[in-house]
Amino acid sequence: MERYYQPEIETASREQIRAWQNERLVKQVRNVWDNVPYYRKKMEEKGLTPEDIQGVDDLHKLPFVTKADLREAYPYGLVARPLKDCVRIQSTSGTTGKRVVAFYTQHDIDLWEDCCARAIVAAGGTDEDVCQVSYGYGLFTGGPGLNGGSHKVGCLTIPTSSGNTERQIMLIRDLSATILCCTPSYAAYLGETMKEMGLTPEQIPLKAGIFGAEAWSEKMRQDIQNVLGIKAYDIYGLTELSGPGVAFECSAQTGMHINEDHFIAEIIDPETGEVLPEGSKGELVFTSITKEAFPLLRYRTRDICILHHEDCPCGRTHIKMSKPMGRSDDMLIIKGVNVFPSQIETVLLEQGYSANYQIIVDRVNNSDTLEVQVEMTPEMFSDQLSQVAQREKQVVSALKAMLGIYAKVRLVAPKSIQRSEGKAVRVIDKRKI
Amino acid sequence: MAIQQISVFLENRAGQLAEITAVLAAEYIDMRAIHIAETSDYGVLRIIVDQPQRAATVLLEHGFVLSMTPVLAVVVPDEPGALAKVLAVLAKEQMDVEYMYSVFGQVNSRACMIFRVGDIEKLSAILTAAGMAPASGAELGIQS
Repeated sequence: MERYYQPEIETASREQIRAWQNERLVKQVRNVWDNVPYYRKKMEEKGLTPEDIQGVDDLHKLPFVTKADLREAYPYGLVARPLKDCVRIQSTSGTTGKRVVAFYTQHDIDLWEDCCARAIVAAGGTDEDVCQVSYGYGLFTGGPGLNGGSHKVGCLTIPTSSGNTERQIMLIRDLSATILCCTPSYAAYLGETMKEMGLTPEQIPLKAGIFGAEAWSEKMRQDIQNVLGIKAYDIYGLTELSGPGVAFECSAQTGMHINEDHFIAEIIDPETGEVLPEGSKGELVFTSITKEAFPLLRYRTRDICILHHEDCPCGRTHIKMSKPMGRSDDMLIIKGVNVFPSQIETVLLEQGYSANYQIIVDRVNNSDTLEVQVEMTPEMFSDQLSQVAQREKQVVSALKAMLGIYAKVRLVAPKSIQRSEGKAVRVIDKRKI
Repeated sequence: MAIQQISVFLENRAGQLAEITAVLAAEYIDMRAIHIAETSDYGVLRIIVDQPQRAATVLLEHGFVLSMTPVLAVVVPDEPGALAKVLAVLAKEQMDVEYMYSVFGQVNSRACMIFRVGDIEKLSAILTAAGMAPASGAELGIQS
């Protein structure tokens, strides 16, 4: 018997969902026109007024919002409510220059947590469950989002945050955690560690996992399910839109239901911006129609995927998105953290290295690795190994400070990194997803 | 008294050292001493050659990253305990040795060690005072 957190919404008729979207979109457009000069200017540039948007059919008329807009408007330029009404910020992976700060009213947090609660219930969660949230807590949305969702469902919540694997395993075992929320790579790592400890899936109390914030394959899902003896569910989200819970997987495990009462999804051609018909592969674009503090109209996620709508055996009527199949920009998602090659370049140049570098991303034992190969320069060289090592260490620390994750630095001979005609091949992503 | 050591960055991959020695061979440059320090990812090749300027020029032309480092060549009798005596003098004067290595063959029928220290002038003075004056480049067959 399928259970839902909000059955009247999750199994609403398509007509009902469309009616909600029409009404909320019109209201949201009026809201940003009245309260966000940045949006009003963008609309005026296209010769639009709120009256031009009468419903979802008019959505395509609106201009896109991109990460560049968020940076330009940083920090308050897109906030639609007085700051006194906002109660929280969350931020994308602590990266200077590319930081995105999102604002929430208490109502926004409520709706966000509802979305996460839907995901937990779809994964079989009830108030009988013990839910361990091993996503990072803090500016990152993973921990706070699932924590709130877990509370709403009524699970006994263990807010471990990320890291300290030994303690994670101890708590899972001692408190008989039944649901685990974390990145898929960390789930795989926890599974491997428990296996090394001699624990069989039967000895691990977990029954379900909700894993997101990075791309993962079906093969990885199988590995995690086997080693932990659980059913593993995917969850999707962006800080810009709220956080995890924009879409989530149900027991059918054939795509993630988008919470369409809060987000309108479109698929566009990333080159032309043209809206593509359902079933086409293209860039996912979202409009948040219920957000109060930080509404985004037609936000380009840069994630490439397919939307498909069919009758789902779970009974949910909301449209499904495939796992993201790639990006339409150069952003890398490494260990759940957003990394732009330009950030790495900035650090290397600041540290006196040449702009000839290559980024090698791989996945070893289901965990992402990042290696930065950089060509040695006369300025950085010394006859003393300790000096070279010291400078190497400085780069590693500076990269860690910029990206928030560890990157191995590999010094290579000058001119050994291939120069290509035209666009340099900066990134080699060896991950098979 | 200082002589010039050439220090070359070595990427840890097959053929790097072969390339460097081939470049030197093509120019008929003779190596008088060689030493490699390495980590798992890279290394530093240190060489004393008979034509330091020429060697540096051709290596740079071939795209290698290098630096010239002043070092001292210390000649000692080729017999047990000789190096210990030199190091005892350094220890007494609290001189740190960054690294050291030996020159191929003998110099004036004696053994020769290359010393890399922070203060070359001071080391030179200490050794000279102890009757162990460092060898000149000419003694090692190095063209100025």
